[in-house]
Amino acid sequence: MDLNYTKEEQAFREEVRSFVSENLPKDISDKVLHHKRLVKDDWVRWQKILYKKGWVAPNWPKEYGGCAWSPIQQHIFDEECGYLGAPRVMPFGLVMVAPVIQNFGSKWQKEYYLPRILSSEDWWAQGYSEPGSGSDLASVKTKAQFVKSAQGDHYIVDGQKTWTTLGQYANMIFCLVRTDTTVKKQEGISFLLIDMTSPGVTVRPIITLDEEHEVNEVFFDNVKVPAENMVGEAGKGWTYAKFLLGHERTGIARVGESKRELEQLKAIATKQLRNGKPLMEDPRFRDRVTDVEVELMALEITLLRVLSSRTKPGPEASILKIKGTDIQQALTELTMEAVGPYALPFRPEARAGDWKGEPVGPAYAGSAAAVYFNYRKTSIYGGSNEIQRNIISQMVLGL
Amino acid sequence: MDFVISDEQQQLRDSLQKYITKEYGFEARKAIIASKQGFSDKVWAQFAEMGILGVAFDEAHGGFGGTSVDTMLVMNELGRGIVVEPYFSTVVLGGSLIDLAGSEAQKQAVLSEVAQGKLLLAAALGEPNSRYELNCVETTAKRDGAGYVLDGHKAVVLHGESADKLVVSARTAGGARDAKGISLFLVDKKSAGVAVQGYRTIDGMRAAEIKFAKVKVGADAVLGEVDAALPVLERASDFAVTALCAEAVGAMEALNAATFEYLKTRQQFGRPIGSFQALQHRAVDMMIHCEQSRSLALLASIKVQSEDPNERKRTVSAAKIHIGRSGRVIGEEAIQLHGGMGVSNELAAGHYAKRLAMINATLGDVEHHAERFASAA
Ligand SMILES: Cc1cc2nc3c(=O)[nH]c(=O)nc-3n(C[C@H](O)[C@H](O)[C@H](O)COP(=O)(O)OP(=O)(O)OC[C@H]3O[C@@H](n4cnc5c(N)ncnc54)[C@H](O)[C@@H]3O)c2cc1C
Repeated sequence: MDLNYTKEEQAFREEVRSFVSENLPKDISDKVLHHKRLVKDDWVRWQKILYKKGWVAPNWPKEYGGCAWSPIQQHIFDEECGYLGAPRVMPFGLVMVAPVIQNFGSKWQKEYYLPRILSSEDWWAQGYSEPGSGSDLASVKTKAQFVKSAQGDHYIVDGQKTWTTLGQYANMIFCLVRTDTTVKKQEGISFLLIDMTSPGVTVRPIITLDEEHEVNEVFFDNVKVPAENMVGEAGKGWTYAKFLLGHERTGIARVGESKRELEQLKAIATKQLRNGKPLMEDPRFRDRVTDVEVELMALEITLLRVLSSRTKPGPEASILKIKGTDIQQALTELTMEAVGPYALPFRPEARAGDWKGEPVGPAYAGSAAAVYFNYRKTSIYGGSNEIQRNIISQMVLGL
Repeated sequence: MDFVISDEQQQLRDSLQKYITKEYGFEARKAIIASKQGFSDKVWAQFAEMGILGVAFDEAHGGFGGTSVDTMLVMNELGRGIVVEPYFSTVVLGGSLIDLAGSEAQKQAVLSEVAQGKLLLAAALGEPNSRYELNCVETTAKRDGAGYVLDGHKAVVLHGESADKLVVSARTAGGARDAKGISLFLVDKKSAGVAVQGYRTIDGMRAAEIKFAKVKVGADAVLGEVDAALPVLERASDFAVTALCAEAVGAMEALNAATFEYLKTRQQFGRPIGSFQALQHRAVDMMIHCEQSRSLALLASIKVQSEDPNERKRTVSAAKIHIGRSGRVIGEEAIQLHGGMGVSNELAAGHYAKRLAMINATLGDVEHHAERFASAA
């Protein structure tokens, strides 16, 4: 047993670190580090930089232009990027839909979509959840009706998706749609790629507790989708969706980002005074920071154990989602408490990258409460933590 | 033991509850928050008419001669409706500072105006470095002829921008953290040298940074004894904390009710999500948190009047500790159990959670009161 990274892995980490340090635009990392608002261009610019370097698709096989890195390398990359304040690479195209297309898509889909995903020409959204279907995803109702036509076979899509992250930026959305209502609910679902610029698609913002526009409702009214946009076989959408789940598990621990936030928290708590002394020296507060740090140490090794295991990450990976989000949330909570009464001022305008107004209180305090409330989402999205617990209890513990 | 409130108190509560339910729904509140001053004159006038703006003041000062329990009943209802009007800053904190420190003349002049809804107060106590420590006062008041000159920066003054008069703590002697040497002043916000930077707070209210630059006040601006304001500040703060606890309990009740209703109506997997035992137990814990908080809030509402400062401090801090924790748990659980809806700004649930979290950050968080509790033994 050796819990150290190999020489090669350490060298790889150095390589990633120096590349990211040198090439991550400062205006972007400033926004990430100071919890300012990111806009489309920030993500696209960074992804294009990674694309040029050949690093935008760590998880893809070489034949499609990916890095084919080992899980440990991918983790090192994620950790360094997160730690240094890179925006998270948008997962919807690169991490979610791409592996589905690679494994189940047609030749045309691979040739057309994969290069556009790599180059960030398309921005994808995930169209799974609906108003009536969140945790119970297999109950989706958005209907896609097959129409045979001389001008080209197509589907007519009607229904609504919701909570669509950054759908306002997207021109493509992959959807779970119902193509058959006569069979078992899982078997009537198909995986459809929809051009969001098609007539009949409407995107409406949902404003979250921090008054940001991060999620949307997406309406489909009589939307015509070419039949060639169906991935794989009709009725197999559920299988593909489950395949995809296995692909999103390892990035969710967010170890690098949490390490960064932990450091920031300590820096804040060192500046904040309590009874005239740094808050960080207050035993009550310090012990709470220690609790989170200990959990994070454990999570890192748990993650590496999952990544190093010979078998593909299974339901145990739900541990990473639960613990990873617990830690992220605890850090936002402690940061909010660290700033004391300066948690109250709420100035969304100050979160714009180019804002030049007069600050209120220390700069680091400005977004603390907003981020705390924003991060409540982490235990809800991507399969809520209750659903993750159900997965573990059923599939791991056999209860 | 008697936990029953009087008929009059019952009446006061019912009429306020009825008014808020009818006139202060989600959309009405949203419009009020979006308005320029961030609260409604109409609602304020109605509060004056109902008598709640002077409920705790002596009749001699234009009030209704109520007890601390009356204030708590009012705050409980305001909490249920997450009402954003400046009741806490004007009537509870500002009002009790005047009531406890002011001269007979000052009380008559100020409190009757407050009770009639004609005057808004704000308490400018905190500073950039003070966190929750009332004794940490760097703002200075130097003698200047018969009066004083004030210099300094007061931080996160609740409803500071809309206030007509400010109750300001300032140092007349001693070092920044000394218990002695603090005095209170009643300052007209329009005085020359007062600069106000107003802003929204995340819970839908308003606050301000207020800077004093060579602000001249007369001798009649002094509230209470010079150099000896800390005990009064602590008493007023304890009263205000108790009121925040009552408000929090109201918010918890309403938020729990909304969440339990959602558990019954939201369907997933072909049944109400409330049928999942994992969620049932969470709901029960939320209910227990609320009941335990209510018990301590009630105890504090009586003991806040205790002549023994240690008994008063211990009980009030106990309530604030519990409410800080329970408010966090209930707020977070309510959001979680609402799923995606919980993080939408279009649902009331998240707004209750915001208010509960900010109550923890007002006049001392859990850690502040945990230390105070231990030292008041
Ligand atoms: C910020 C944000 C971004 C999102 N982005 C996307 C996106 O881009 N694309 C997309 O498709 N979706 C997205 N989602 C949707 C997300 O996947 C759903 O919110 C999530 O699956 C929960 O569904 P729901 O909101 O309908 O809650 P519900 O399923 O109604 O759940 C409500 C509560 O009940 C619990 N619950 C439900 N069933 C059970 C059970 N069997 N046992 C125990 N507890 C249970 C849940 O855990 C939750 O606490 C996003 C959500 C958020 C908040």
